[in-house]
Amino acid sequence: MSAVDTVRNRLDALPDVGLVVAFIASIWAVMLVLAIAVGGANWANLAAGFIGSVTVLIGGYAILALALNLQWGYTGLFNIGIAGFMAVGAYTTAVLTAPTDPAAGAVPGLGLPLWVGLIGGMAMAAIIGGLAALPALRLKADYLAIVTVAFSEIIRLIVNWDGLAEVSLLGVPIGTGGATGISFKSANQVASTFINGVGQPLVAAMEGVGVSGPNLANLTYGILLLLVVAASYWVLARITNSPFGRVLKAIREDETVTQSLGKDTRLFKIKTFMIGCALMGLAGVLFRGQAGYISPQQFRPTITFYVFAALIIGGSGSNTGSIIGAATFSGLLFYLPARLGENVSLGGTRAPGNIIDAVAGLGSLDPLPLLAYTISNVSTLRFVLIGVVLIYIIQNQPDGLLGHRNEPATSVSLDRPQSGSGGEADE
Amino acid sequence: MGIAEFASDGRVVMGDRPGAVVVAAVSGFLLLDLVAKLAGTTVFFLGTKLLGGSLTVGSLLSMVVDGLLVGLAVGLAGIGLSMTYSILDFANFAHGDTVTAGAFLGWVAAYITAGLGTGAPISELFMLNSGRQLSTVSTFFPVLLGLVVAGVGSVAVVLLVDRLTYRPMRNTDNISLLIASIGVALALRYLIAFIFGTQTSGVASGGLRVTLFSMISVTDNEITLLVVSVLLMLGVHLLLQRTKLGKAMRAMADNEDLARVTGIPTERVIRLTWILGGGLAGIGGYLLVLESGTISFNFGWILLLLIFAAVIVGGIGSIYGAMAGGILIGLVDSLALIWLPSGLTRASAFLVLIVVLLLRPSGIFGGVSTA
Amino acid sequence: MSEPEATARQETAVTSDAIDSPLLVVDGLRKEFGGVVAVDGATFSVAEGSLTGLIGPNGAGKSTTFNCITGIHEPTGGRVTFDGQSITGLPPYTLANRGLVRTFQIARELSEMTVLENVMLAPGGQVGESVIRSVTPGLRGDVIEAETAVRDRAWETLEFFEIDHLAHENAGNLSGGQRKLLEMARVLMTDPEMILLDEPLAGVNPTLEEKLLERIHELRREQGLTFLLVEHDMDVIMNNCEHIIVMHQGSVLAEGDAETIKSDERVLEAYLGGDV
Ligand SMILES: Nc1ncnc2c1ncn2[C@@H]1O[C@H](COP(=O)(O)OP(=O)(O)OP(=O)(O)O)[C@@H](O)[C@H]1O
Ligand SMILES: [Mg+2]
Repeated sequence: MSAVDTVRNRLDALPDVGLVVAFIASIWAVMLVLAIAVGGANWANLAAGFIGSVTVLIGGYAILALALNLQWGYTGLFNIGIAGFMAVGAYTTAVLTAPTDPAAGAVPGLGLPLWVGLIGGMAMAAIIGGLAALPALRLKADYLAIVTVAFSEIIRLIVNWDGLAEVSLLGVPIGTGGATGISFKSANQVASTFINGVGQPLVAAMEGVGVSGPNLANLTYGILLLLVVAASYWVLARITNSPFGRVLKAIREDETVTQSLGKDTRLFKIKTFMIGCALMGLAGVLFRGQAGYISPQQFRPTITFYVFAALIIGGSGSNTGSIIGAATFSGLLFYLPARLGENVSLGGTRAPGNIIDAVAGLGSLDPLPLLAYTISNVSTLRFVLIGVVLIYIIQNQPDGLLGHRNEPATSVSLDRPQSGSGGEADE
Repeated sequence: MGIAEFASDGRVVMGDRPGAVVVAAVSGFLLLDLVAKLAGTTVFFLGTKLLGGSLTVGSLLSMVVDGLLVGLAVGLAGIGLSMTYSILDFANFAHGDTVTAGAFLGWVAAYITAGLGTGAPISELFMLNSGRQLSTVSTFFPVLLGLVVAGVGSVAVVLLVDRLTYRPMRNTDNISLLIASIGVALALRYLIAFIFGTQTSGVASGGLRVTLFSMISVTDNEITLLVVSVLLMLGVHLLLQRTKLGKAMRAMADNEDLARVTGIPTERVIRLTWILGGGLAGIGGYLLVLESGTISFNFGWILLLLIFAAVIVGGIGSIYGAMAGGILIGLVDSLALIWLPSGLTRASAFLVLIVVLLLRPSGIFGGVSTA
Repeated sequence: MSEPEATARQETAVTSDAIDSPLLVVDGLRKEFGGVVAVDGATFSVAEGSLTGLIGPNGAGKSTTFNCITGIHEPTGGRVTFDGQSITGLPPYTLANRGLVRTFQIARELSEMTVLENVMLAPGGQVGESVIRSVTPGLRGDVIEAETAVRDRAWETLEFFEIDHLAHENAGNLSGGQRKLLEMARVLMTDPEMILLDEPLAGVNPTLEEKLLERIHELRREQGLTFLLVEHDMDVIMNNCEHIIVMHQGSVLAEGDAETIKSDERVLEAYLGGDV
């Protein structure tokens, strides 16, 4: 029995909410232990910082993985243009909410409230997703993949283009800010206002044990993101555990059969694609634009592949698995190694500046320079780890942690009705 | 003609023709615009500029040369992507990083040989940051050696990757293979970053500049790219036409049915596919660095979508299509500057990719046997 | 079935053909795959409420004809009329919603879904297929009600086909014969007017086969369903179909009742592999 099987059996035994909470709590515990181990007197503040950052990451990737799970896990739509749809959502929100009188050198926007911006961003991401889907959804999965990734790069190049950095739309000056990016109403700010207002006693108490205000605000924001995850999960669970979700699964299994049973599969696919893209757009703002600033750099295709890694680890096809996968990916593979690399030191050995000097130590049977070099470059190496994990899972555990589960697509209990229908059941 | 037939024909027309008509109209307009620009005239309609402007024949020609050079290297790299796509039946997202790997191996070899005896420390040479700029004329043998190492090195890399990753998955579906290749791409790219760092290094610059037809100016490095890629394409052509294994490969790549009838391709054919495709990818990457002068850990990854465009435009599985598609995409990428601002030229190449996939997924030369 | 009765039924069928328009009319249907002409001008019609057999040697073009009628393939030529309206080239879902459904020769179960989910997918016009209704709290009541009805019917259908003990099993784990039954169960759940059955009995045990045929006759009697049946078992065809169409090399070779077909020389030759 492999390690994955063991984890899987443990996970199977828990109900879904408990499962997710326990999982995230154990990642927090890991962060806490790390902070205590390396933080010295400052451990509390360090722990708050670690936990806050990891929670924001988990929240962001969980929303994205849930959206991808709807499109790919359920419906089989192989969308690797996630970064592009995130950009559409984030930029729309940014343009809608950026101040009309920005600081010198920055781009003006429409100055609307954040909630208008968020709804606008989701709507625009859904519309652009629908437009892209219209012609593309009849393509084979791997062609759809190439079309969507090309599409996302086109979007990134367009927002990066200085021609749109600042334009006048019907006399109103707006723009994307081009390569420099754009500042707008920050969602993070909302959390920090909240915690510094209502939560003032808490802030004071935490400051007493050394947790800084910004760290606490960041943690608050992470927890807010988890609430968004919970809401998304609730919506997606209702979508997928329904006759609608049943058609989606059927499309993934065999589109021709689904059509032969009277379902206009194109409509279902377009709707699904739009819902998924709306959620990706939301994550674009809340995750990439959390601090109220975005630039084209943040929407490179690599983030798309991280979301795939998260979903595949958790188990494509399972909503709960999407969240668990996002937590595993962002907590254990993405965040933890980088913090370990920063905080682990090898006594007196300083990391050499390049690999030749590091390897040179081996000549005199001294592995420490290479080890030190490796540790100081662990934030690079973690991507090698992510790649290797992805390959390992696809080869050996293609269902990930929870993808083997059958989450039945229905809104009622599927047990045999009791009202004696003949009573000839022979079990 | 009955209603029914009309209806069914109508569907066909709606499905296929408008796309082609739009593409033809846009191309026609752009061509007209180009002619007007070359003639230096501008056409106004209702007070707004409709087309025209100015463009010298000289700058047009230099754009053509630029596009051709990049296109040749992209086409060279595309051959491998096209072959693995049809013979192993998956879109290999790690191909761009194979290009990078080959280029790094080749340039380290070239750099170290060129730097030996100059007193530069070996670590500086290995990290490609002694500041020295190589060129074909000034350091011919190191550049040639690097070329060979790039080819051989990338073959070693792809064979190892195949052994570890794809071979245990020969019978899995193409999406699983695609995902595995994403894993390979990440691992390979960041392994390169781990070893060589994430900075961009300048390693080459033209040692000699010649002017052809008193209009086009090219460097020795660019001529090397041209000559080497044309020679290699010719070599591939001979291999495919003259050798038995080459013929078998071509048959398998060109003809999906045959591949299906003969079942899973033999390990021998697969190995040759990797060797040929990987080697050409590495050399393509090496040559691109020779031409552009700089190298960084993710340049192949950034190039990948352009290579995909070349392969798809040329028709997946067609080796000649990949070469032609590469040149075409290189030209689009460079000539788009005539009509578009410089920030959007790359987008136009991707747009061509999308349009071809939507309207003619078999490629613009598709259906025509390339034998 | 006594002789005079059979003749009588045949005659009514013929007269009704002449007077009313039949339910399905296939006229000069043609389908080419590259160079292969799979269906070559097939022309026939199926009377409403009938159980019509479609037979022919392997490769005669029967399945391709089904595919062209039901919109899986776009025919190269010819026309198809259903219930008086042209349906040539219409997509499968439109046809299914008009009551024309089919089963596949090689069962196409939705393998990563449970047997029950497979069957519950089929009914048309389910309210819960709207996202808004499925998600919005106030509107979900209707969905649950409809869903409960679909579930109960699904269980009944599974019980009838004797695969209810597999309800929660993934369909991919079923045996070949069980998959065939699942296909049948699925199309019946769509409330069709006409069902095209492509070798539904292959691999089904004889007792269940009898039961299925009985059910088919019952559905005809009670709900007026129409069946077009492809089957290689001649006894099944001869004993159950009042009208039989014989295809050979893409076109219709002969048509008529069991006696006519049995005594047709060309049919015999076609099956013996000779050129006609
Ligand atoms: N998708 C396809 N592409 C190419 N040829 C096809 C295709 N489908 C069917 N054919 C060819 O069309 C002909 C008719 O096939 P079809 O499946 O309709 O026969 P059939 O009468 O159903 O035979 P059987 O009794 O064996 O099921 C055969 O020669 C077959 O090879
Ligand atoms: Mg058949």
